[in-house]
Amino acid sequence: MNFAGIELSGSIVNASGTFDAIAARRAFGDALLASFPFAAFVSKTVTLEPRQGNPPPRLWELGAGMLNSIGLPNKGLNRFLAEDLPQLAELPVPLIVNVMGSAPQDVARLVAAFGAREEVAALELNVSCPNVTTGLLMGADPGETAALLDVVRSQTAKPLIVKLTPNCASPGEVAAAAEQHGADAVSLINTVRGMAMHPRRPREPWLGGGTGGMSGPAVRAIALAQVREVRRRVRLPILGMGGVQSGRHARELLDAGADLVAVGTESFRDPLAGSRIAAELLEIDANSGMIGVTA
Amino acid sequence: MSGDRTLAPFGRRRLEVVARRALGAYIVLSVADPEGPDLDPGQFAMLAAAQRWGGGADERPFLPRAFSVARRHGDGTLDFLLEPVGPGTERLAELRPGDDVWLLGPLGRGFSPPRAGRRPVLVGGGVGIAPLAILQDRLAGAVLVLLGFRDAAHAEGAALLPGARVATDDGSVGHHGLVTELLAAECRGAEVYACGPPPMLESVRALCSEHDVPAQLALESGMACGYGACFGCVVATRAGYVRLCVDGPVLAAAGLEVVG
Repeated sequence: MNFAGIELSGSIVNASGTFDAIAARRAFGDALLASFPFAAFVSKTVTLEPRQGNPPPRLWELGAGMLNSIGLPNKGLNRFLAEDLPQLAELPVPLIVNVMGSAPQDVARLVAAFGAREEVAALELNVSCPNVTTGLLMGADPGETAALLDVVRSQTAKPLIVKLTPNCASPGEVAAAAEQHGADAVSLINTVRGMAMHPRRPREPWLGGGTGGMSGPAVRAIALAQVREVRRRVRLPILGMGGVQSGRHARELLDAGADLVAVGTESFRDPLAGSRIAAELLEIDANSGMIGVTA
Repeated sequence: MSGDRTLAPFGRRRLEVVARRALGAYIVLSVADPEGPDLDPGQFAMLAAAQRWGGGADERPFLPRAFSVARRHGDGTLDFLLEPVGPGTERLAELRPGDDVWLLGPLGRGFSPPRAGRRPVLVGGGVGIAPLAILQDRLAGAVLVLLGFRDAAHAEGAALLPGARVATDDGSVGHHGLVTELLAAECRGAEVYACGPPPMLESVRALCSEHDVPAQLALESGMACGYGACFGCVVATRAGYVRLCVDGPVLAAAGLEVVG
């Protein structure tokens, strides 16, 4: 299949920040390459400068999901290019690099740097970050998203995927702004803002970062509603995600308007979740007489 | 073993529980893993019940739980030491022979052999004695083992490590006091291998630093995945945050400013 100009051999990719192919190769060796569970690999967010991430604790388990407050730790652009990109280029699937900056000019530098690399098939823009100048969450405001794209669009001819946040008034309007200002696709949903109280310290939050992002099956209904809302507003290809644990869940997101599906939290429970869900989806579609999306 | 660790097969395995026995306040769960690789002492596995994983307190558990492998038998059976303290360990403690678990592993970096001329001393606290049992199995000859527990019921766990000297907080078994008080007299020429609660590990770290003795500490941290995906299990080291699941769980004490 083709998603926003990226040729893919399957229907399931990973959600950014939920699979580290380099760490997984340390744990599983080259077996990872022989049965890579995704049709494309989406990197964790890369920023211009290194980030150490949030202080622990970073995780909280929920009844049907989890909260995370990881804080986007990464090596920064230069070390990612020097150390990680050559290793990710060995993966048997296209590479999508997720980038974030606190000003449109920072994002433009990241997009230009990765856009120039043949190892990179596409870029995903993490817009869940406040603009340091305006203080507004870039992806929560259609005007901010438009202004960002006006700066970064010219930096590369490669597909630009805008990762929408669910923590805003209207993801549909933000998606429409992204479409009008040159995005090639949108992806949604990012994690839903949430919080857990400390079990032993009254009035203190548990997570080191205070609040966190909620993911897992608990957010699946939100993902379905937002994918449908965005589908009604734009013609852009949609990468849908949020609580997918099975082929049926993937089929439902596709039916709600997504063109491609990402698996995130379920990979924490089962590192082969991507392959399993892709196989289940093929079987569901074969049994219902539909043409397999991997054709 | 490839490089610095024994690799895990890619993908979780559905395995059968073949035995479950109470050991004082603990439970030893034995899982048949005949096709699984041999592993390094100190490596761990992610475990979840194959059925009814969820529906406990707050509708948890949802994520698998990390456990050090306590012992690997010749037929590949793996022993895990559990203490039921929350929805995950409580559900695992309910399992009976014939029930299935999902297992991913072996994961992480385990203990390294002692440096030449150093005498290994194993120091464990509470449920943290688990990885020291397989380490004792693999170390040649008689090895000094020092274990600390809360009380007599927990001290029954010491049966996992034959010949261990025991300390209890309440004095009901062995030395009345902390296991690190036993260690203080045994530091000379030692290489210390420790696993236990953070305050114990911090005492071990400080003591070994004071005596200029190398120490390998097996740490614990909440994990979602166990293979480097979630970045949730970081601990602060002199080199910044590291993921315990891929860079640990065994870390050199010298690389830590403080434990906990």
